Amino acid sequence: MTAHWEHFPHGADVGVRGTGKTPAQAFEQAALAMTAIIADPNTVEPRERVRIECAAPNEELLLTEWLNRLIYEMATRRMLFSRFSIELDGARLKGSAWGEPVDRSRHHPAVEIKGATYTALRVGREGEGWVAQTVVDV
Amino acid sequence: MDLTLLHRRREHEWEIPQRGQMRVPAILFASEALLRAMDLKVYQQAVNVAKLPGIVGASYAMPDAHWGYGFPIGGVAAFDPDEGGVVSAGGVGFDISCGVRCLLTGLKRSDVLGVARELADALYAHIPAGVGSTGAITLEASEMQAMLRGGARWAVERGFGTEADLERIEERGQMPGAEPDAVSGQAKRRQRDEMGTLGSGNHYLEVQEAIEVFDEGRARAFGLEPADVLVMIHCGSRGLGHQIGTDFLKRMVAPGEGIALPDRELACAPIHSELGRTYLKAMRAGINCALANRQMLTHLVRGVFAQVLPQARLSVLYDVSHNTCKVEEHLVGVRARKLYVHRKGATRALGPGHPELPEALRPAGQPVLVGGSMGTASYILAGTEQSESHAFGSACHGAGRAMSRHEAARTWRGRQVIDALLARGILIRSPSMRGVAEEAPDAYKDVTEVVNATEAAGLARKVARLAPLICIKG
Repeated sequence: MTAHWEHFPHGADVGVRGTGKTPAQAFEQAALAMTAIIADPNTVEPRERVRIECAAPNEELLLTEWLNRLIYEMATRRMLFSRFSIELDGARLKGSAWGEPVDRSRHHPAVEIKGATYTALRVGREGEGWVAQTVVDV
Repeated sequence: MDLTLLHRRREHEWEIPQRGQMRVPAILFASEALLRAMDLKVYQQAVNVAKLPGIVGASYAMPDAHWGYGFPIGGVAAFDPDEGGVVSAGGVGFDISCGVRCLLTGLKRSDVLGVARELADALYAHIPAGVGSTGAITLEASEMQAMLRGGARWAVERGFGTEADLERIEERGQMPGAEPDAVSGQAKRRQRDEMGTLGSGNHYLEVQEAIEVFDEGRARAFGLEPADVLVMIHCGSRGLGHQIGTDFLKRMVAPGEGIALPDRELACAPIHSELGRTYLKAMRAGINCALANRQMLTHLVRGVFAQVLPQARLSVLYDVSHNTCKVEEHLVGVRARKLYVHRKGATRALGPGHPELPEALRPAGQPVLVGGSMGTASYILAGTEQSESHAFGSACHGAGRAMSRHEAARTWRGRQVIDALLARGILIRSPSMRGVAEEAPDAYKDVTEVVNATEAAGLARKVARLAPLICIKG
């Protein structure tokens, strides 16, 4: 199972799905899928590090919380992130996101993200690995 | 959607009869063609909303309804607080008080054509739009509090517009009952640099021309004639509203806090509860943020016109919000009841004579502003005598998407969309080519079909059709 991300369609918005060997890896890939809604992650240099810690009542709610924390950091720092490294301990998350300030000429950002929802939210085993997905409102 | 699932009550009114855990029926307003194309998720979501405690009348879906979060987008539902009624953060949405403002310019198409390119460039240069943009002012703590309480009135008092503008905004530009202290520090932080910004996605600022007038009397009452040039602004409460939505969805979903429901997305809280009351105070502050934001954008537009077309006189035709929960009195049976009406992607449509309308508009009914997409039409409708009895005085809000962003971006290239629109005389300015592709006109439903169904259902009547000349896309 190689870690990867994809988008899935939702009426007016976009679903993000991350897959990995562990739940943490699936969370990291879901975050990358979210960046890809805005810009090509390959154009975003992981120059600055932002530390993130959060918790939720369960693993699924934690995925929404994690994505919402990133949305907040992107909005207030006016940054995009392209590398993530996190650890999960039950429904607690600790880790970092690396990225750089938005550069319109290089990133050509398409759309800003309003929030991560609880629609089509799922964190669970799939085959050999884990999947983490939800819909984000743009 | 399979039409055999529905009972046809009238030509454009379809019922999902009450059954199982539904407390009321669900009613969809649409033509056969719109319903056939409508996602089955709208059916499921309208049914789910009908199960919520304290719901009154029916769970409604407007002709532009599509799959949302818990509530369908295009959903209307009213709740009685004294019968266990609830308020739902998802039933309002992330973009609290997202809405449309329409400005009259006093200009004709012929006045604009010669300088269209210059006007497009100047609007694009002066209206902050798209990801990472910031407004001209930074709101420090005390001004943030004043803005969240004052709405468009706050903006006017700071020099962004005139007293006359306020008359033409719902709630006279200032939503009462807002409490800045109910809004999180994070939400305020997100808004600090975002006042007077357009945002992105389906938000836009358009210069439009009235190409068809259906109801001359009402058009006159609205100050509108054929070939008139108007400005239409579509945007909402920016980062502040998005964060309020995020904060309260989280609290309503958390075990033990809101009402436990099988479907997480329907998260809500009783109106008579601490969480419900706090949400309402914060949500109203979000409404004020949206009203202030559209007021500041209006000020920027006036500045641009003063440079390029100094003879223009920009006045507000009307300003409507289509993501709200408002306390309104409605006649249910023979009894007037105070209800909490959620409109998620639906516009209020007050009929002629309604006391909340400004005097000049009262005989005609409330202007209902319906946004199109970049290449298609927008419409101005008016509330009818019957709108009140159909869906608590509500109408459609736009075309509604027919295709996902994903599919749109795969189908078109931004440059191709811009060139095709230019060939039709429509100038597009946007920082993002992919954003333009995702918002391609053909990714939306036919707004004319939606508006015709809205009129045929008696929700609102057509007044004028507008076509875009210039579109600034976030």
